[in-house]
Amino acid sequence: MRGFRYIALAGLLATGIYSLPAQQAPVKLPGTVRPKPHPTPSSPLAASMARGQRVYKNVCLTCHQADGGGVPNMNPPLIKTDYVLGDKKRLVGIVLRGLKGPNEIEGETYTQNMPAQAYLTDLNIADVLTYVRNSFGNKASAVTPAEVHALRDAPAAGQ
Amino acid sequence: MNSFSLRLPLGAAAIAGSLLLYASRPTAPRLAPDPDNAGLKLPAGFGALKVAETGGKARHLVVMPNGLIYVKLNSAKDGKGIVVLKPGADGRATVAGGFGSYGGTGIATQGGYLYASSDVAVYRYKLDGQDQVTNQSQPELVVHGLKKENEHESKSIALDPTGNLYVNVGAYSNACQEKDRERGSKGMPNCPILDSAGGIWQFKTDRLGQREQDGTRYATGLRNVVGLDWNKQDNKLFVMQHGRDQLHDNWPALYGDKESALLPAECLYELSAGANAGWPYVYYDQQKKQLMQGPEYGGDGKTPAKGNYLKPAAAYPGHMAPNGLLFYTGSMFPAKYRNGAFIAFHGSWNRAPEPQAGYFVVFQPFKDGQPSGQWEVFADNFAGSAAKAASGRADHRPCGLAQGPDGSLYVSDDSKGTIYRIMYNAK
Ligand code: HEC
Repeated sequence: MRGFRYIALAGLLATGIYSLPAQQAPVKLPGTVRPKPHPTPSSPLAASMARGQRVYKNVCLTCHQADGGGVPNMNPPLIKTDYVLGDKKRLVGIVLRGLKGPNEIEGETYTQNMPAQAYLTDLNIADVLTYVRNSFGNKASAVTPAEVHALRDAPAAGQ
Repeated sequence: MNSFSLRLPLGAAAIAGSLLLYASRPTAPRLAPDPDNAGLKLPAGFGALKVAETGGKARHLVVMPNGLIYVKLNSAKDGKGIVVLKPGADGRATVAGGFGSYGGTGIATQGGYLYASSDVAVYRYKLDGQDQVTNQSQPELVVHGLKKENEHESKSIALDPTGNLYVNVGAYSNACQEKDRERGSKGMPNCPILDSAGGIWQFKTDRLGQREQDGTRYATGLRNVVGLDWNKQDNKLFVMQHGRDQLHDNWPALYGDKESALLPAECLYELSAGANAGWPYVYYDQQKKQLMQGPEYGGDGKTPAKGNYLKPAAAYPGHMAPNGLLFYTGSMFPAKYRNGAFIAFHGSWNRAPEPQAGYFVVFQPFKDGQPSGQWEVFADNFAGSAAKAASGRADHRPCGLAQGPDGSLYVSDDSKGTIYRIMYNAK
């Protein structure tokens, strides 16, 4: 049954039909190459990515934009930056506590502060960072809710 | 960049030569626009050419009576924050040096002086009979110590005919929340930012070394102004406010993202001494045509503003970022443009996930010093295509506006640094 569903999904994907019920729909990641071998929708990574994409749309997209390219002179890109691909603790810290400017990111100086998003749950933050680290041309390991939880009450980073 | 300074004396000689040529011409020649009008979409009868590439983030600019152009760069390029462009016979111009080691936005000229701003100060330079700056490395410091934090740092400037200098000091906040741009964070009571920012400050042009507190807070409750100009018909300062962002992001229960893409309006204000436009307490809803109470201060998207604040003279759809305002006083363009306003909309970012908008120059008709009639898009397609505008990935972004001696409209682009010149060619 499971195998059958997977084949059916793959068939739908091949014909370009994505209008499946939400809970079954595979995530279509704009502008990214589908990883190979293609993870089944039920793999933990794919599920986290799907949830993370939703968090990204609701929270981060407004500033960092749909393509992760940011806004010139205002909000930095999330494409292959040291912050995104590097130390996960620093990255989690940015979402929990924000980031005070000015900072130089990919050769451009950004002065505006990033607001903290501490109201997001550990799972929300793990998912969105896993999504960011594996979208927009990025490739890096997943972030877990436990990693986020461990940093909830840590002192501020990136000041 | 040593060859740069070596070339300077030569460049100066060349400027003087071409200025003589320019001045001796009895009638201005008709200039040929670029075959593709520099990539712009314009009303019938208009043409455009690319004047020059500055290679920097070209913010505001002025064109002198002899055609020399001074462009203010957002950050100094090769140590020069003001680029000098020397006019050529074909209507274009060539880079002829530069000066001023600081980045910034504002530049204006009057009474034999060139004024330019960094994000904390305003300087002025003495001009000679050829409109050339005589004291490139020793400008006079007119104002210093202007408030600058991590947001809305640019200090745009304007001059009136009676010796006053107007400087925008932008609010270092989106809506004066206790925690800037954080979801659900309340507005600070009696917003303390307004003491030193979020308004227009007035200074004397001929007093040197003024600090912010030596000036007058001419108008308050203005979140951030980049485009501003003195209207000589009305004898008033007009400013374009950048309206607040993130109604939906910060108050998702009160505003949908479609609503939040269009609201609030980008507003044109006519200022008088003591005016209060109401930021952060209120915003203007161009659909309801009403001042509304901000959600940080008890509003919910439906509650009209409490308190009495200045109403906008005209309003435009949200987030398009008006960075340049110019009252057109030339006679090259058809009569309807005379004394009307051109507004450069830099282009939005805060409309996502809805399509972005702006990246064009708008014309707002005026009559007797007041907006009169519907605005229209005048020069479009700085972005390069509709898709590039919608995604916000624009090729060029209009920022500054200036009028040339023949009545041409000049537009600067702070993305690639292109300078455009728009001309009317029909009879
Ligand atoms: C209100 C706008 C805004 C929102 C919303 C926002 N950011 Fe940011 N972000 C910024 C700004 C501005 C900076 C740069 C701060 C600085 O250095 O001055 C930044 C920096 C970053 C950085 C580090 C620099 C880089 O580009 O790699 C990361 C990573 C990041 N943000 C991720 C996120 C994620 C994930 C979300 C959603 C959970 C998010 N941001 C939401 C504005 C925002």
